[in-house]
Amino acid sequence: MGDQTIQLIHDVKRASKDNEPLEIVGRRTKEFLGRATSGTILDISQHTGIINYEPAELILMVRAGTPLSEIRDTLAGAHQCLLFDPPHYGVGGTIGGIVAAGLAGPCRPYTGAVRDFVLGLSCINGAGEHLHFGGQVMKNVAGYDVSRLMVGAMGTLGPILDISFKVMPMPELNETILYEVSEAAAISKITELSRKPWPFSGACYLDGQLRIRLSGGSESVLAAARALGGEHAQDDATFWQQLRDQTLPFFRQEGTLWRINVRPNTTHMQIAGAFLIDWGGAQRWLRSEEPDDVIRDVVARVGGHASRFRGGDREGDVFHPLSKPLQVLHRKIKETFDPLYLFNRGRMYAEI
Amino acid sequence: MLNSDLIAGLSACVPSDSIIADLEALRPYECDGLTAYRQLPVAVVLPKNVEEIRAVMQFCLQSDVPIVPRGAGTSLSGGAQPEKDGIVLSLARLNQILEVDVENRLARVQPGVRNLAVSQRVAEFGLYYAPDPSSQIACTIGGNVAENAGGIHCLKYGLTVHNVLSIDVVLATGEDITLTVDAPGYDLLALMHGSEGLLGIVTEITVRLLAEPPSARTVLAAFDNVSLASDAVAGLISSGVIPAGLEMMDKLAIDATNQFADCGYPNDASAILICELDGNHEEVLQQVKLVTQMFTKNGATDLHIAESEDERLKIWSGRKNAFPAVGRLSPDYYCIDGTIPRKNLGDVLKQIYRLSEEYGLAVANVFHAGDGNLHPLILYDASNVDEFHRTEVLGGQILELCIDAGGTITGEHGVGVEKLDQMCIQFSEAEIAQFRLLKQAFDPKEILNPGKAIPTLTRCSELNGLHVHAGAIPFPDIERF
Ligand SMILES: Cc1cc2nc3c(=O)[nH]c(=O)nc-3n(C[C@H](O)[C@H](O)[C@H](O)COP(=O)(O)OP(=O)(O)OC[C@H]3O[C@@H](n4cnc5c(N)ncnc54)[C@H](O)[C@@H]3O)c2cc1C
Repeated sequence: MGDQTIQLIHDVKRASKDNEPLEIVGRRTKEFLGRATSGTILDISQHTGIINYEPAELILMVRAGTPLSEIRDTLAGAHQCLLFDPPHYGVGGTIGGIVAAGLAGPCRPYTGAVRDFVLGLSCINGAGEHLHFGGQVMKNVAGYDVSRLMVGAMGTLGPILDISFKVMPMPELNETILYEVSEAAAISKITELSRKPWPFSGACYLDGQLRIRLSGGSESVLAAARALGGEHAQDDATFWQQLRDQTLPFFRQEGTLWRINVRPNTTHMQIAGAFLIDWGGAQRWLRSEEPDDVIRDVVARVGGHASRFRGGDREGDVFHPLSKPLQVLHRKIKETFDPLYLFNRGRMYAEI
Repeated sequence: MLNSDLIAGLSACVPSDSIIADLEALRPYECDGLTAYRQLPVAVVLPKNVEEIRAVMQFCLQSDVPIVPRGAGTSLSGGAQPEKDGIVLSLARLNQILEVDVENRLARVQPGVRNLAVSQRVAEFGLYYAPDPSSQIACTIGGNVAENAGGIHCLKYGLTVHNVLSIDVVLATGEDITLTVDAPGYDLLALMHGSEGLLGIVTEITVRLLAEPPSARTVLAAFDNVSLASDAVAGLISSGVIPAGLEMMDKLAIDATNQFADCGYPNDASAILICELDGNHEEVLQQVKLVTQMFTKNGATDLHIAESEDERLKIWSGRKNAFPAVGRLSPDYYCIDGTIPRKNLGDVLKQIYRLSEEYGLAVANVFHAGDGNLHPLILYDASNVDEFHRTEVLGGQILELCIDAGGTITGEHGVGVEKLDQMCIQFSEAEIAQFRLLKQAFDPKEILNPGKAIPTLTRCSELNGLHVHAGAIPFPDIERF
């Protein structure tokens, strides 16, 4: 427990010397995500603890193995939070896992993505060197933005050790309003409302119901709720938490779950299956057993991308395939950190 | 390569009216906003479309010709400074707004579009583009991406990287890539932000538009010294209010601005804070109350809340004109751009004043206090060699103060040509090596903006050999390279 930096560096150096692939793991709550990988386990879950938390500066620095729940509770004590609202898949998930997978909750289009709140981090490269990028200040353009590059890299650029976040005050009030409408009407409703500066923090359509969450200062939330009409949703907090953590009945059914990102007002995606609209239309969850190619073709035609989130063939392409020049670039970037391809080999794409 | 061969080669890529090669016409390109350093390129190329950019890139790659991309040339770190044997690739003619998608609140623009032009274009829909650098009437969106530019409203609405949805890039190999936010794969969209033209040419940008807030109020507060004003900043941020903007100016900057623009800043103040609150009407009123209480508690001697939109704009006009106003105090000024934790603002400002006295150079401060992003402006006379030399050393020392205070050498202006030495202090050799490898992954022949942003390892090891303590370099008279 506590600071495992020396041990982790040692483990990477040994793996590098023996040319032995490593599989980086935290609490394994996101093992379902991405392609299959294998290797000697490099366990980050013991590298835990809050290194520095200064509520007045809005900064938090933590070790990657720290459980999300601990961070959430600590921040809540000072009425602060991680505004990207990371999902909790199962118990004990670590903050490092969230950053490596780049996962944000339903508020993402309104408050920002994981990378928008990462101020800096440290990591280990394939030679076992401990590198620091970014810092603990709000603005920083010294050197390339490697901290943001590590976010969502699925560990393929190396283990993340310590992370600094910008934390924010918790919204004073959250309210959800509900409209019973068709899917097409829901999309045009969100589109129309989004042109005004309402304090939205979520917009989701499922089973004939459009839910819009309002968050912020109580004055503005209440004023918005009054102006927008609709029904007041009773299940409020639970619904949004279950959406974020994928524990709604929609997510619990068997089969393949797709994550699709498109322009918010996209309507014509003819794919057999069940859709859930999240992120005000910018993200669609799809349960479908259609072949991968069929789904990706339809999505590509509307300018989006489709990745398998759960289920299906984990030896094939899970994330939306890259263009040829991007594939080459990904390999080259991978090699700058990890020339021996030690870390999470193939977890994101076969070639990296 | 002979200059004549180079120009002949370029002529095969673009029409002749897109090439500038005569001395007089090249002059405006010899520097950017960092006027202290100048260099003429062999030629400036102004392509009109992406095909021409690709052709120029391929030619330069084959012929090993360095390319310096350029937007409006307002960079304050020498990022767009030409290379002696190279060309400047100006994106100025790619200045079209290609699409405004009101439903999805986005605009697709060419890289040479001016920052302010985007907001002007979409204002009729009640929308705007949030990042607002003080140079927004001139600087381009492509340049903003390359520098990850910030602005007065970045405290609440984020930097360029937080407001860009997608970019198209022509790589040094002449290949095209499209990078989109929230797309799977490495976040190269984020990596391109602030990469100072070293990794590729940004040829198209899709920016996120926001809905205009229904209400905005501005508070102007005066303080007897910068320490009190600094504590007020830290106090306000920790209270949980996130203003849309929170700017500070010190005595020298206030006096200069009052003489230059009719902005009505209190003459007897040693420091002022300008705080803007925006959002829903009721909430703004509530926050204005909180902010004024907080400022009073922290010793504000005078508080003024803009009562009308005209008055609000008047307050901001002073801030927006502060750089040119300070510029009139001396023949030249040198703008520094460190960021520090907000709690250290007062201390670091005190040390800056001490250094200013020690070096015999006046320093004015006008900056993004809410983000902890300092902009000390060192006043000097470029025709006085000794004074310029002292300015450079003083600038370096201020940056090292920022590093020591837990901060960084650049918050938004980039490293360019001027902060290469301080990069060696802020980063370890292994980290610099990582940056260099990344550069090679994108541009193996290093033709794009070579020599900028990332120092060589040799430079760092020589400098670290020399570096004794907190910037006290021995033998300051010996030329460094
Ligand atoms: C008075 C004044 C006030 C300023 N205020 C601010 C401020 O508040 N906030 C702030 O962040 N900055 C500020 N700046 C700095 C400057 O305006 C910004 O850095 C701006 O983003 C530069 O844009 P530009 O179009 O002028 O780019 P240039 O100066 O032409 O180029 C800047 C860098 O970007 C590269 N580049 C340009 N276009 C491209 C492209 N299409 N593809 C790839 N690389 C490219 C260049 O090679 C160079 O390295 C200020 C400058 C001045 C003079």
